[in-house]
Parts: sequence; C-alpha cells; structure tokens
Amino acid sequence: MGIVSRTWTLTKVRLLLALRNRAFFFFSLIMPMIFLFGAGGFLRHGPRQYIPYVLGAVLTTTVMGSFWGLSVQLVSFREQGILRRFRIAPVGAGPMLASSIISNYFMSIPVVLFEIFVCRLAFHVRDWGNVWAIILLITVGSAAFSALGLIVASVTNTMQETQMINNLIWMGLIFLSGATIPIAIFPQWLQRVALFIPAQYLATGLESATTSMATYYEVFEDFAALVMGLYVAFEISRRLFRWEPEAKAPRSAKLWVLAALVPFLLFGAWENIYGSRLKTVNSHFSRLSLMMPRQSPPAH
Amino acid sequence: MTGIQPVAEPIILVENLFKNYGAVEALRGVSFAVEEGEVFGLLGPNGAGKTTTIEILEGLRTSDRGTARVCGLDPEKTGERFKELIGAVLQSTSLPAKLRVKEALELFANFYPQRANVDQLLRRFQLEEKSKAFYSELSGGQKQRLALAMALVNDPRVVFLDEPTAGLDPQVRREIYDIIEELKRGKKTVLITTHYIEEAERLCDRVAIVDHGRVIALGTPRELKQKAAGMTRLEIRLARPAVNGTLAHLDGVSDCREFDGAYILHSVRAPQTIVALVKQLEAENNELQSLEMFSPSLEDVFIELTGRRLRE
Repeated sequence: MGIVSRTWTLTKVRLLLALRNRAFFFFSLIMPMIFLFGAGGFLRHGPRQYIPYVLGAVLTTTVMGSFWGLSVQLVSFREQGILRRFRIAPVGAGPMLASSIISNYFMSIPVVLFEIFVCRLAFHVRDWGNVWAIILLITVGSAAFSALGLIVASVTNTMQETQMINNLIWMGLIFLSGATIPIAIFPQWLQRVALFIPAQYLATGLESATTSMATYYEVFEDFAALVMGLYVAFEISRRLFRWEPEAKAPRSAKLWVLAALVPFLLFGAWENIYGSRLKTVNSHFSRLSLMMPRQSPPAH
Repeated sequence: MTGIQPVAEPIILVENLFKNYGAVEALRGVSFAVEEGEVFGLLGPNGAGKTTTIEILEGLRTSDRGTARVCGLDPEKTGERFKELIGAVLQSTSLPAKLRVKEALELFANFYPQRANVDQLLRRFQLEEKSKAFYSELSGGQKQRLALAMALVNDPRVVFLDEPTAGLDPQVRREIYDIIEELKRGKKTVLITTHYIEEAERLCDRVAIVDHGRVIALGTPRELKQKAAGMTRLEIRLARPAVNGTLAHLDGVSDCREFDGAYILHSVRAPQTIVALVKQLEAENNELQSLEMFSPSLEDVFIELTGRRLRE
C-alpha cells in the first residue's frame, strides 16, 4: 500500500471525525459567521462595495483558524496515546501530517462557499470577485496555516503549552495581518512590520481577490509566499513529529518555528526594500474609504 | 557441501539488551529467544523492564546496546515490511472517541497488503453487536477485545501483547485468556508481558521471569515451578506480630517472609508446620486470624529468587 493510499485512508477518517465534532462546527462555521454578520451589520448602511472587503477578512480568519484546530487535535491525539497506536502500523509521519492538512482543506471548502453565499444573499453582493484567485489562495493558505499548526503541535509538549502558543500566534496573525484592522491605518513602522507576518499575504491577497482589485502579479506573490511557507512548515513538522506522549520536544525544537518563518522574512525584507505592496494596500484602502458615506459637517 | 544445515534463527531473538532512562537502568542485559508458534511470557513486577523490552521489539523504542531481532529483521530500522509482520496490543494507547468499532478495524486493515476479514474479526471477538458503537462507548473489556482484534487485522506472524488484561475484572480477563488460547491453538507466535501468575501459568509455553532489568529465570512454567517442588506456601495473618524469628524456625519451614502484615512460609512438611505454628502461637498468647495453603506457583519461584512478591 503506497503513501498516497495511506494518506487518503487517513484523510477519510479525519473527515469523519471532524464531522462528528461539535467544537469543529462552532469554531469553523459559527464563529466566522458571527464575525461576518457583525461586520456586515455594522456596515449595512455603507456601500455594497465594502462588503467584499469584509468577506476577504472573514475568509482570511476562516483559513487562518486551520492552525489552531490542527495543533490542538494532534497534541490531544499524542497525549491520549492515539498516535502511538498508528505508529506500530505501517503509517509514517508524512501521511499522518498530510492527511491533517488535506482533511482540513476539504472541511474548509464548504465553510468558505457558505460564507460567500451568505454574503451574496444577506448583503446582496453581486460581484464574485476574482474567483480563481480566491480558490488558489484559499487552497494554499489553508495548507500553509495547517502546516503551521502541525509545527506548533510538534514543538509543544502539553495541551496547556499548545493553547498558550496558539493564543500568541493568533494575536499576531489577527491584528497584524490586516484581516481585522486594515494595515493602511497602522503607523508607517507597523506597516513595515506587518510585511513579515505570514497571514498578511493571505489577508491582502484575499481582500484584493474578493474586491476584484488584485493584479495577477500581486496574487502570484501572495501565492508564492504561502507555497514556500507551506513547504518549509510541512518539512519541519515532519522532521519534528513525535508519536509518543512522553517524548518531549527539546528546547532547540522551538527555534524551528522561526525557521518556518524564513520564507516570510525573506518576502518581508524584499517587500520592505524593493516592493510596492504597502503602496498598493494603502491605495486599495483609500479607494474603499472614498466609497464610505461621509458624515455631514455639524450645522452652525 | 559440508552437510551442515544452517540453524534457523528464532522468530524473536534478544541478546544482551541494555536501556537506560537517564539515571534509571531499565534493562541490564536481557536475553531470550522465542521459537515460531510459541507463546512466550515476560513475567515480572511493575518497573521490571517488561514494557521496555516489548516496545524495543515492536520498534517503538531504541535500545542502548544489544541485539533485538523479530522475523530476522531489526525493529529499530522499522521499515514497513517489519510492521506488516507484527501485531500488537500496547499497554497505554487509545483511539479517537468518535471512531466506531468497525471503522477502526477497517481503517487499520486498510494499511496492510494482507488483511483479515473485518466481519470475521468482529464475530471472533464478540464485537458484532458493538460494531457501530463509538470507541468512547465501549467498556474496558470491549476496548481490549477491539485492541486484540486490531492486532490481528494484518494476520501477523508475531503478536505482542503488553499486559493485555491489566485492570480488567476477572470475568473479562478469562475472556481474553480464551482469545489468547485460540491464538496458541492457531500456532501464532505470541510474546506476552504480565504480572499475573495465573496468566503466565495458563497461557505461556515458556516464561522469562524479569526483575530489575534482568531475566532471572527462564523455562516452562513446570520447569520453573520444579525449583519450588515439594514446597507448600502458607500465608498466615496473626492478631499480633510474631515474635522475631520464631516462625522461621518452625518444623518444616525453609523460608519465612513478611509482606503487608501477612507472613508467607514455605514449608516442605506443611502438616507438621501447621501443628508447630498453633503451638507456638499458644505459647506466645497470639491468635491465628487466617491461614491459606497454596501449592507451588511461579510466585514462589519469584519470592525465592528475589525475596519479594510479584505485586508488591
């Protein structure tokens, strides 16, 4: 039985388990919906063109959330001794990790579609945006952030430690990526810092794609950064993978998390020196700001 | 041609195995060999090194020194070929709570080129009625039956059972014994670890008694018990502690030890020992609370070799 076949066997079971998990539905479906309706409701009196921008942010948080669920599940499987049962079967770390990523992707697709349809139905958005760019970014983004979750699982020893690191990463991703707070309103120095954040490539890419403002070159750059991040993160998590609950990760293993960020550091450095990403992001935001209704000056 | 036939390697071969966990010496030169079709037991108290040994043989741990071979392969280089040849019930393991019994068997069966029929396994392990139950809904005995069924999904050449009945009630334990006896009748090679005397005596063709990381005795249960031949074990409880050394000098007593408030006497002439005991207690104005007599068992062999009980 080949690696592909084993990976697919595991993927099917992971999908089955996810469908039987109520927490999965809450965090993967209900939470993003709350965010979508919250932000959409807040902007309901604004122009329709602003909703795709919100959709981009919602899709980003949905995809980014992959890392949280996968890291928690893998650590929980390890702590319960589930992984060691798989270890005595002819199943390597590669199929085990790849099945996590693939099943997570398959679970993300209906959620993403649901979010897009809700946007069309509830907020009457007519423009589909750049569909191919959306599909491409969702696919590679889901895989890249899943792989990030697998690294977290590999370098943490307990569920408590996993949750703590997840919280720290989530804070960084959610506030500095542009998914919840537009990068354009950051001070200049923070905008430059944001260029090193992995999620920024996903957030910027998806916002550009949903608002139909993306050029193919911009999407390609986001795509390339996420693919490189995925490759490095998967390879590191495969090397650091532990089956046994008592096999503790050495302190040095935590440094590997930094190694996973290398592609984003390189892209960030390149962008800071040569790129025009910040200019593009600020220009998109200005166009959207112009669409927003202005408050009337106070009457004298 | 020399006419000399090559000697076939035992299906499990362990030679001078050493393993340390930090300062703790878990294995200190364990050696034994298991022939194909044999049920071989590693008997010893908790912490003796049984699980470390079996997990090295399963390829879950690496040894520091020594040789471990299963089916002629080195488990440390756990290639897929090796994993396809073995089945195992691990001591501490689990399955996802929301995985159904039949799904679990089908999942693991799918990993192997050679597969047993899942429906037959469900019938054989009396899990048919529970085939759609979630793993979290199973009792301890059902989980263990499922673990045994999963160990056989690939029709392995060697089955490793690490404390397969630990923590189970006597009824369930007997059910598991029946299953292992069926494996024995089917000439499956089984390596089992246990600290239950009854289990080792009933199931194993040969037993290695392990203590502090060493094999201290090895043979068939009958051979081992012959070391204590002619002895009767008397376990007595007294109202007050016995006067120092008096019990050891009773007629026929070859050995006397105290464990948890009970005295264990090994006697070569049990009736005379009991008469002498009663007289001695009268003289000390002490009372006999209970007295039990046992024919020699592997427990006696262990006590004789180590001065301790197996389940201290």
